[in-house]
Amino acid sequence: MTATPAAIRFAGVGQVFQTQSGALEALRGVDMTIDRHEFVAVLGPSGCGKSTLLRLTSGLLMPTRGTIEVFGKKVTEPRDDIGIVFQRPTLLPWATIEDNVLFPVRHKTGSVSPDDRKTAQALIEKVGLKDFEKRLPDELSGGMQQRVGIARALFMNPDILLMDEPFSALDALTREEMGFELLRIWEDQPKTVMFITHSISEAVLLADRILVMGERPGSIVENLKTDIPRPRDMETSNNQLMHDYVGHLRSLLLKRAA
Amino acid sequence: MSDTSAVSSSSAPPEPEAVPAARPLMARAMVTPALLPVGTFVAIIAVWEISCHLFAIPSFVLPAPSRILGGFGSIDILRWFEHVWGTLRVAMIGYFVSIAVAIPIAIALARSQVLSRAFYPILVIVQSTPVVAIAPIIIVALGSGDLPRVVITCLITFFPLVVSTTTGLMATPPELIELSRSLRAPVFREISQIRLPYAIPYIFSALKISVTLAVIGAVVAEFVAAEKGLGYFIQFSTSMFKVQQAWAGLVILVLMSLVLFQAVIAVQRIWFPWSLPKDK
Repeated sequence: MTATPAAIRFAGVGQVFQTQSGALEALRGVDMTIDRHEFVAVLGPSGCGKSTLLRLTSGLLMPTRGTIEVFGKKVTEPRDDIGIVFQRPTLLPWATIEDNVLFPVRHKTGSVSPDDRKTAQALIEKVGLKDFEKRLPDELSGGMQQRVGIARALFMNPDILLMDEPFSALDALTREEMGFELLRIWEDQPKTVMFITHSISEAVLLADRILVMGERPGSIVENLKTDIPRPRDMETSNNQLMHDYVGHLRSLLLKRAA
Repeated sequence: MSDTSAVSSSSAPPEPEAVPAARPLMARAMVTPALLPVGTFVAIIAVWEISCHLFAIPSFVLPAPSRILGGFGSIDILRWFEHVWGTLRVAMIGYFVSIAVAIPIAIALARSQVLSRAFYPILVIVQSTPVVAIAPIIIVALGSGDLPRVVITCLITFFPLVVSTTTGLMATPPELIELSRSLRAPVFREISQIRLPYAIPYIFSALKISVTLAVIGAVVAEFVAAEKGLGYFIQFSTSMFKVQQAWAGLVILVLMSLVLFQAVIAVQRIWFPWSLPKDK
């Protein structure tokens, strides 16, 4: 256990963007680690650099300062073992659900094998979209589209799943349902999850650990490990422990905003 | 044409609960829009016909619709086909050459800031040059065959295609480009599997404009130098003072443009139904 490197490690990471109105410091002195198969939520107000954190981890963006390691290796380019779910599903409107799930392999290699089709089929069933394979994205609801987004991110069977406020565009009820759906998938097939959100209750309900980010320049101001038992379900929402954590985080964020 | 009915029946069945209430309403709403322009058109023709007789308008000023109809009979049907084919062929060759050139240029412009800065002003200059003015110069330079006519047609159709395609290539959701980069996919697949399909609606709006411009280009070229084609026929007829014959040629030109325009719409509807705007 001690020998295995952390799934994600940030050491003194700073990020400065050059914009037309001058330099913008998005992150300053970010230190954190996420263990393998840990579900970590990153919570913070809008514009605090949460998404920057995600892009740095994915290798789409290189840090201005500090280093980022994934499984002990410095991140210098995008890796195959990381899947991303975006805020909007951003499916290809001309491609069927099956082809959207197959998109990563078709896009990377240019061809699709019968095994790939089996994988896609299994994933589509896993996210609860059996019999929708041949439909087009705009025939599906927002929640269903995001399920496709998750299936697409899982296609390459990544060790790490990066999720950028994936349910924030959904209505409250669908959002909660999708959260439990995600937990079910995660418990069935453990992955390291970095889940960006600005919803306190969503963070507490889903994660093992919550990293709270402060205002720009963003840094981690709180590292809260929760003891809410798993598996979690509708009942968990009424758990006293859950209320305590939500209350604690809310007062922390409100105090910082004041 | 009843555009909306074809769209909703060709696309897959929508949510079942949304349909029953909407159907009868839409059906009734569609009869009027279809009849309204037809009725207006018939009324205009009638007023035109009556006015010509009532005010004894000389036919070289404005021939009555019935006399224009007579103009169709003034030459042999085979001769008509020859003229139509002459114009159609040049317009279509020019149109497809223009598409084949414009799309790679648009890809280059969308990919490179430097190329875009270097060539965009030149494109604007080309577009600002009146095609009618440059046509005789091109004919002198390139002779009197099909080549100069095709070049003239290309010149007039090219700009909207390049500009629209470039805009479309840049309109891709940034998440998909990030996804492509996170997969470390080759650039040509980013273009062929993401950017070009996303540009399809933009490309088709340019294709619709350009197909009518292609007919204009072909006619302009025929005005300058040709021995057949509808543009040549109209000019020849007016020089002989056969005005109703010229009008008949004009009617056929308009019909040709309309048919080509509808053909582009049909291609988009059949092969790219997802790219149509969703009007519910």
